[in-house]
Amino acid sequence: MTTVAATRPAPEPLVPSGAAGSAGPPASERRAGLLLSAPFMIVYLLFLVGPLVVGIVMSFFNTTTVRSGLGGWVGLSNYTKVCQDPLFWNAMWHSVLFTLLTTPPLVVLALAAAVLAGRMRRGRVFYRVAFFAPYVVPSSVVALVFLWMYTPQIGLITKVFGAVGLPVPNFIGSTSGGWTAVVLMTLWWTFGFNFVLYTAALQDVPGDVYEAASIDGAGPWQQIRLITVPLLAPTTSLVLILQILASLKVFDQIYLLLGGGPNQSTRPVIEYIYDTGFTSYRGGYGAAATMVYFVVIVAVSTAWYGLRRWRATSDATSSTTRSGSSGRASGPSSSPASGPTSSAA
Amino acid sequence: MTTTTITTSPGAGAGSGSGEGAARGRTVDGPKLFNRLCAVCLTLFALIWLVPFFWALATSMRSDGSITQKPTSPFAGGWSFHAYSYAVDNYPIGWWYLNSLVIAVLAVVLTVGFCSMAGFALVFLRFRGRSVMLALVTAGLMLPTEALVLPQFIEFRSMHLLGTYWALVLPSVSAPVSVFVFHAFFKGIPTPLIEAARIDGASWWKVYASVCMPISRPAAATVGILTFISSWNSFLWPLLVLNQTTSQTIPVGLASLVNNSNIQYAEVMASSVLGFLPLIAVFLVFQRQITQGIATTGIK
Repeated sequence: MTTVAATRPAPEPLVPSGAAGSAGPPASERRAGLLLSAPFMIVYLLFLVGPLVVGIVMSFFNTTTVRSGLGGWVGLSNYTKVCQDPLFWNAMWHSVLFTLLTTPPLVVLALAAAVLAGRMRRGRVFYRVAFFAPYVVPSSVVALVFLWMYTPQIGLITKVFGAVGLPVPNFIGSTSGGWTAVVLMTLWWTFGFNFVLYTAALQDVPGDVYEAASIDGAGPWQQIRLITVPLLAPTTSLVLILQILASLKVFDQIYLLLGGGPNQSTRPVIEYIYDTGFTSYRGGYGAAATMVYFVVIVAVSTAWYGLRRWRATSDATSSTTRSGSSGRASGPSSSPASGPTSSAA
Repeated sequence: MTTTTITTSPGAGAGSGSGEGAARGRTVDGPKLFNRLCAVCLTLFALIWLVPFFWALATSMRSDGSITQKPTSPFAGGWSFHAYSYAVDNYPIGWWYLNSLVIAVLAVVLTVGFCSMAGFALVFLRFRGRSVMLALVTAGLMLPTEALVLPQFIEFRSMHLLGTYWALVLPSVSAPVSVFVFHAFFKGIPTPLIEAARIDGASWWKVYASVCMPISRPAAATVGILTFISSWNSFLWPLLVLNQTTSQTIPVGLASLVNNSNIQYAEVMASSVLGFLPLIAVFLVFQRQITQGIATTGIK
């Protein structure tokens, strides 16, 4: 039905372009394009764009989650309430704190492990399996296993802390212990993802770079420091942003391990939204909180896209061999992503 | 490949170097030693990473009594599968498996079908709204869908889809990343191939189904496996949407054991093992495609 509506006005522009040459797409191509993209676009518009629109609308009403319907119009009052709610900003801060705590180790450890694994001649599959396997395990299973290992007195991790001589934190009952527990578990669970991104990037580094370096007398440590790590810089910026965006979305681990406790001191922003919407049934208010949170996420990603584009263009202008090759590595990947995004935003 | 050049180069350097030959002679073993040290560190690290799996596995096969007596010696006490039969008898794990499987398979089939068609159209066909669609899908990459649960819930309720499989399948089909995986792959297909098929009189549908899709098996595998894993593992949305015990998926069902303050460690570990075993199996079989898929979707 959309096909008919959309193809009918199109023949008019086709005539001049068809006369000019082969530029105008024939009707069969236009029809096929619409038909083939329709199933995805319908689902996409209904279930991804749709909720976003519903959320924006909801945030201006005092919608409750228990009754159907939108409720009464309240204008911007949901937003002013969200912005004045210290609990919301606490939850926001917890998500940011989680990001600050997890991002550095997850990036640095992944880089280190990938560089080491890249030097191995054998056993790469073993490392990949060992590091990535946790990533495919559901979060609730990870939480069950880690809760058991965090158990006071008898858990494995509590025992290890004691054996190494570290003070054993109260993993579930205290705020600092809770953060330790969540960060350790997240490290184990998600580290493999970054590791895989880095190993993939390492495979694109040409071998003759190392050959030239070792002929020049560079030792393995110097090669890592002066060649591998700088060449991986585009990957590092990618891993960094993916990690930041993933960490800002934290919910499962904290909810399952601590339930946001003790006393909501670790509750992340998604759990705050969940609580307001499904425990206090304040749908409109929760939607407003979602939108404030979205603004932060979109700001972070646009800043990154902008930075990356700026870097890509500055790389292209200074055409030394090395920056040229790294520019090529990031160029085609950034252009389809950054181009349309900025025009859509 | 890179490692070979590293290990052979000190020898070559010593052979060609004239003045520094003596100075370098002492450090010939340096890189080798360094590599060996790296291998030891990394292997140790990897073994530590595997500990939770073996820990869960070992605990699940012990008796609760021996666990509380000697918690950190996994080999004390006899081995038995008692905890597994207990878990299967007491929790509707079979239902959870079935639900997870049906949802994941539906999501995979629809995602691969719909997203490959959309990717094909975006790469090879010029049609009205193509650039709008491209912009919309790209912008969708930025959306943290996890935060959309609230309006999503309201929308699905008004469509009377709550509690159905569709409530879980449809959101995972609308993943823009999957379109981009196909988009990237189709871009690599030479256009003469498409043109030749068109000249032979194949319809666009035929070009898609019998020319492009057979070549794109790697992309389809990537999208399929990643969709399967993310659908199987998703937690928050199924937690909200499925509210009956037997209609839950594996992760949500198992999560109900988390808050039970359960002291039957062996049973809990047995159910966690049941929760991770199928995924580990899938992962071990497809690990190459999975890691390649992560690399391509991540680098995008």
